[in-house]
Amino acid sequence: MTETTRKTGVSRRTLLKGTAGLAGLAAGSGAITGFPYVKSADAKVLRYLGTAVNEGDDIAKQCLKDTGIKIEYITATTDDVTKRVMTQPNSFDVLDTEYFSLKKLVPSGNILALDAKKIKEFDNITPVFTKGETPGGKKIGGQGTAPWKVLYLEGKDSKKFATSATEFVTLIPTVYNADTLGIRPDLIKRPISTWAELLNPEFKGKASILNIPSIGIMDAAMVVEATGKYKYADKGNMTKEEIDLTMKVMTEAKKAGQFRAFWKDFNESVNLMASGETVIQSMWSPAVTKVRSMGIPCTFQPLKEGYRSWASGFCVSKGVSGAKLEWAYEFVNWFLSGFAGAYLNRQGYYSAVLSTAKAHMEPYEWAYWMEGKPAEKDIKAPDGSLLEKAGAVRDGGSYEDRMGGVACWNAVMDENDYMVRKWNEFIAA
Amino acid sequence: MSEEVLQHAAPGLIPGSGTARAAKPTRLSPSFISWLQAGPMMLVFLAFFLIPLVFVVIVSFWDYNEYQLLPAFSGRGYTDTFEGCIAQLPDLCTIGKTYLMTLKLCFMVWALTLFIGFWVAYFLAFHVKSKTWQMGLSLLCTIPFWTSNVIRMIAWIPLLGRNGLVNSGLMKTGLIDHPVEWLLFSEFSVVLALVHLFTFFMVVPIFNSMVRIDKSLIEAAYDAGASGFQTLVNVIIPLAKPGIVIGSIFVITIVMGDFITIGVMGGQQIAAAGKIIETRVNALQFPAAAANAVILLAITFLIITMMSRIVDIKKEL
Repeated sequence: MTETTRKTGVSRRTLLKGTAGLAGLAAGSGAITGFPYVKSADAKVLRYLGTAVNEGDDIAKQCLKDTGIKIEYITATTDDVTKRVMTQPNSFDVLDTEYFSLKKLVPSGNILALDAKKIKEFDNITPVFTKGETPGGKKIGGQGTAPWKVLYLEGKDSKKFATSATEFVTLIPTVYNADTLGIRPDLIKRPISTWAELLNPEFKGKASILNIPSIGIMDAAMVVEATGKYKYADKGNMTKEEIDLTMKVMTEAKKAGQFRAFWKDFNESVNLMASGETVIQSMWSPAVTKVRSMGIPCTFQPLKEGYRSWASGFCVSKGVSGAKLEWAYEFVNWFLSGFAGAYLNRQGYYSAVLSTAKAHMEPYEWAYWMEGKPAEKDIKAPDGSLLEKAGAVRDGGSYEDRMGGVACWNAVMDENDYMVRKWNEFIAA
Repeated sequence: MSEEVLQHAAPGLIPGSGTARAAKPTRLSPSFISWLQAGPMMLVFLAFFLIPLVFVVIVSFWDYNEYQLLPAFSGRGYTDTFEGCIAQLPDLCTIGKTYLMTLKLCFMVWALTLFIGFWVAYFLAFHVKSKTWQMGLSLLCTIPFWTSNVIRMIAWIPLLGRNGLVNSGLMKTGLIDHPVEWLLFSEFSVVLALVHLFTFFMVVPIFNSMVRIDKSLIEAAYDAGASGFQTLVNVIIPLAKPGIVIGSIFVITIVMGDFITIGVMGGQQIAAAGKIIETRVNALQFPAAAANAVILLAITFLIITMMSRIVDIKKEL
């Protein structure tokens, strides 16, 4: 009691501390906007909202060194990134998000397209994004929200995707990859070559898929198509009947005990695989690498039906203008200039501008990651840890083979609302 | 001691505290002082609980599209939620199955935490004589709370997994020749983790009720020839009822809304009322999520109302 009475009087010090904190909070949350920018000469700060994929500390450090721009990362899951853009568009400057979110983001008017003319390397961006083909000329599967369908807007403030190239780019491409099933070759002990194996009763209680509805249903569709039960017009944009059919197949498998667990984030997928709880599951490339770096055999298995691909890129918040917009362009240009691209390639992702990334990689690294050749030397991760011993070959082989083998892209369906309800039903079954 | 703490925290809620203070010479009326004391808490409740709750209810009747809320009246959040509930009879619809599972888990966890919590509290209150030891042992119960919720939950995974400690131990002793699969990612593991997490919430209020039981009542029962069991049923349990009800409210409200533990320990394959809300929010379908939240709130509220019918908590305090 005595202690409370002693503390009741508000001292000047605590009051000052309190108000300073409040002011800081307000400034940080972007509540204060109308102020003239006083220190623009020496404090170039960009708030960078995105998932953890691109947000390496080394990238931020190198960026500060090269351009003087300080990157403040705001890290969230893909869903939370979208939520934040919708509800707090002033809480970030640069947005790094996936192309399939654009169907929600562009109509909201909360993001600003970038001007292709101001992107130095724009013409060198891989044709995967601009034409839907690999540099070697292989046509890429376009089911789902393929990036070239949503890359351009009709005008600066337009909410319509343009069918041909314009200068208004929704997202400047940064990183992408081709996903497939991860397997434990030491426990399966035979070759796996089709998505249909995910529902093979041989792996009863040892299979898994991701519990992110929009991505999980695409993997499920790959499986359904592989079993020959049905052929979709577009796996990324199903009709209600197709959703019902897909979920019915998955529900039967779930009831039969096919799945050990579903996973939702990177680490869950690594743990399931590393502990041997599952031997076959949908997975992400760096997660396979992580399992392998623990000394456990794990393969990112190329399958004959192809890969499910995803891609992300940069845009800015609608609240960004003036000097800040210039820094954003400077940052995006820096990001495409090679260092970041090489960093991403070394993690097993792909960079958008291949030529600049190549210049920042050793020839043996490029040969291993991009050309599918056996490693001449030990392959190291960006942090210097050993990933593969000399002689290893990348799962799925070269860039041409992997990206050329893409069958569909992560998507938001027109029947998204129905799909989400059906997914809940699947979980409850 | 506990009464002091309660009075300190929320004086206005304790009947009689106002009059006790009125003995001091003051010009303000006692009831005004009581309101003044309860005021800050009321304001916090109003600002951070009641007003947001009103918004949730309002939003639950809005419409929505892929990327925004449409502030026009719509029952879509509710009709979608109960989709198929009549058409699919006699099979249960999604929401029916989900709530059946949630209630089942809730009941199992409640029964187990009550049983374990009651006996832990009983031991602390009646078998441990010294106050110091009572304090020490209760603090011991809080040790699991020194790490985060998520870590306490995840710690079970290497223990219960297919190649986990329990399975490899059983295999070595020759009791089983195949790993037992239902130890992890099953209803069993969910209940285990929830009981582990929340038994303490039962122990504290029950212990609090038990230490306040007048020891002479127990002696009187003994003198009147009651057996140990009769004393327990006729004296201790009725007097510990407020603690039991408060503990039950803690456990039930937490388990009804839980989706993280059920998700992690159930391998994301077990439905939970909270999980539906999460999936809806992640798909930016806020009105549908809000409608589900309102339904969950209503059901939880119903359970708690029924429980407080059994014991008038305010009176018993």
